[in-house]
Amino acid sequence: MPAINVAGRKRSFSGIIKRLLLLDLFKGLAVTFKYNIRALYEKRDGGNPHQALYTEQYPLEAARVSERYRGAPRLNLDPETGGTLCIACDLCALACPVDCIDVGSIRREVRDGAKVNKKKVLTTFTFDTSRCMFCNLCSEACPTDCLELTQGFELAVYHRSGFRWDREMLEKGISYVKYTK
Amino acid sequence: MQSQEAIKPHETLLDAEEMVLNMGPQHPSTHGVLRVILKLDGETVTDLDCDIGYLHRGVEKIAEHDTYQMITPYWDRLDYVAAVSNDLCYVEGVEKLLQVEVPRRAQYLRVALTELQRIASHLLWLGTHAIDIGAVTVLLYCFREREEILKIFEDFIGARLTAHAFRIGGLQWDAYPEFVDRVKEFLKMMPTRIDEYETLLNSNRIWLSRTVGIGVLSAEDAINLSLTGPVLRGSGVKYDIRKAQPYAAYADFDFEIPVGENGDTYDRYLCRMAEMRQSLSIIEQALDGLPEGPVMAKVPKIIKPPVGEIYHSIEAPKGEIGVYLVSDGTGKPYRMRIRPPSYINLQALKKMSIGHLVADVVAIIGTIDIVLGEVDR
Repeated sequence: MPAINVAGRKRSFSGIIKRLLLLDLFKGLAVTFKYNIRALYEKRDGGNPHQALYTEQYPLEAARVSERYRGAPRLNLDPETGGTLCIACDLCALACPVDCIDVGSIRREVRDGAKVNKKKVLTTFTFDTSRCMFCNLCSEACPTDCLELTQGFELAVYHRSGFRWDREMLEKGISYVKYTK
Repeated sequence: MQSQEAIKPHETLLDAEEMVLNMGPQHPSTHGVLRVILKLDGETVTDLDCDIGYLHRGVEKIAEHDTYQMITPYWDRLDYVAAVSNDLCYVEGVEKLLQVEVPRRAQYLRVALTELQRIASHLLWLGTHAIDIGAVTVLLYCFREREEILKIFEDFIGARLTAHAFRIGGLQWDAYPEFVDRVKEFLKMMPTRIDEYETLLNSNRIWLSRTVGIGVLSAEDAINLSLTGPVLRGSGVKYDIRKAQPYAAYADFDFEIPVGENGDTYDRYLCRMAEMRQSLSIIEQALDGLPEGPVMAKVPKIIKPPVGEIYHSIEAPKGEIGVYLVSDGTGKPYRMRIRPPSYINLQALKKMSIGHLVADVVAIIGTIDIVLGEVDR
């Protein structure tokens, strides 16, 4: 491939005329002017790929978050029984690169019909969102689709202790205060 | 100390003393926490020294205590404006170690995503480089297009910046249904947008006088400093790992390597602009020829590669990023070494800056396109 043609460096007659008449300056101004004019009358309808207005009106309008977004963690509940899906297998904690998950469990006798089985039962689940880097490895490791990173992204809190999410918070999700005018 | 008698009045006026000036670590144009110690004669740089390490996190050491899957998210945080490219390097390195064949579809999607990331990285470079030199509008336009790419990433991967895009053996998810259409729409829009940037900059007189003849690096020097990426190609060396040692599915695609002529800041700028156009054509080819099939190879959950060592490198937006992995047969690497392009390209700063003005150092740091997360690791 030939080397790039560096047009700006050649001294030609037309180039000198261009410089004298400040043509490049006006070409550049035309680009910015085009967007300025379009921004004046454009309506915010969204979905227009060639729009001139791009600012998201975030607190006023809900931000668009994709389906696969990895945000606030959640412990899913069994939709039939309402109990937790977690089997306290500790795989999420082992998969976590930053050790932000702590699974607490006890061995308990669980009655399954006539049989009595000794089973691991989840007691506590702590998730430190301040250390989490939202890589989704825990969710991929989960064999029961219990732990999941959801679309929630408003994770700011007033105090550092608020970053430590306990089991109740993970199951119910955080409740946001809706500010209205 | 010179005695009072030794210095004559006219000498104190004309022969100014050498001044040492610290630029950074908190300086907006060093693109992070880089400290540059400048020795100045008036306003001309006579010597220069870089102080790095402010962002050192010890990723290579951390890797020795983590399993192979756990290390991938750390790679996002090396060159954090081109996380997808970093992921590709590491993931392909481990696949090489495991001798896993990745499905064709996954490879094509990987190429499409990394080329999108290259455009996003070059757009961020162009915007910040332009704002360093004084063209503010370009930054806003570049970020507008970068946002489109980040939205595509968010829909596909689930994160915008620290992507964790690839898994060892393929991808976590297949492309979402509208992915191809959305990227094609972007490909249709982008060439006119690149034209716009070029209208604003290419023959702009301030841009020309700030970039032409600044930071000239000969091809010989560039090779001797083992530079890679657009910094090397701007000096006229036609070397691109995508062509030299094709990885992923790059052997299937037809593209050209843009090369500069004079090795100055302006040529490197032109190189990167031409590279963006080439990336667009690669993405188009990848999407047109996208094969059907699975996106994940059969990889065991607990990865224990055979004893051995590999080096794998890819062409990241900034140059050659490489990984050297030593496996001792356990689930954790014995040693992981990263070859970061920014760190090695930064060595050219001294060579390029001496003899130029202080204001040009800003332009030269911009043209090398460093990211301190990668320099310090």
